[in-house]
Amino acid sequence: MTTIHVDSEGFLTEYGEWSEELAAELAARIGIELTDEHWKAIRFLRADYPSHGETATLRRVSVLTGMPIKQLFTLFPGKPAKKMAYVAGLPKPRGCV
Amino acid sequence: MTTTDSTPLVVPDFGDEATQGRKLAIICSKGNLDMAYPALILANAALGEGVETHLFFTFWGFDMITKSRMNDLKFTMLGNTATHLPQGLGGLPGMTAMATHQMKKQIHDVGVPDVPEFLEQIVASGGHLWACRMSADMMHLDESDLYDDVEAIISAADFIEKTDGAQIIFI
Repeated sequence: MTTIHVDSEGFLTEYGEWSEELAAELAARIGIELTDEHWKAIRFLRADYPSHGETATLRRVSVLTGMPIKQLFTLFPGKPAKKMAYVAGLPKPRGCV
Repeated sequence: MTTTDSTPLVVPDFGDEATQGRKLAIICSKGNLDMAYPALILANAALGEGVETHLFFTFWGFDMITKSRMNDLKFTMLGNTATHLPQGLGGLPGMTAMATHQMKKQIHDVGVPDVPEFLEQIVASGGHLWACRMSADMMHLDESDLYDDVEAIISAADFIEKTDGAQIIFI
């Protein structure tokens, strides 16, 4: 059994403990079934985090992946930035925009 | 920090149900560059949290949605003691242009879009833009002069009706 570390809200705290299998499970827990489009955003978030040093905001995801904001709202309804971060095993984004 | 097995017991509460029904109304009454951003940033943040958001542009705030002006909002040192520079400097020729240029650069450097692009993002996120009837009449403007995504020119009473139950921010 794998051990993972999460904060008080349930967000992973260790970048290296994430896996694609885990992502699918995390997504399912918040009612999202991952499609290729979801993966495009999630993989970007994972790849961007180490170099950028913080979780990409919704705008950053949209600008750098070319995925329209509207689409991100459809894929991760309600609170897209936080939901994407959760599934990607990253902290909540701290940027304002 | 909590240690748990691969099926985490703690699942974030994204409050999907709690935010449904929460509404925010932001009244934009200023046309200065530095007074445009607080509304745009708050609206964007609220939408990202799943909150229904309405912006009402009135008086000088009309500049934010007037096609001929929305790209050209300005920042002036005059009357703004927070620059901590002598007020007399602000009145020198070219100072407002210089201060505006500097502020636009700072905004750009933190990855925040300019006003028209920010409005586009707000609309894409589900935000609603409304223009004030009295301001349009005073300035002799109609919908053709305004940013395309403005839904309509409406009266203050209409706006109050549309934002029934909303939290209101006046800027």
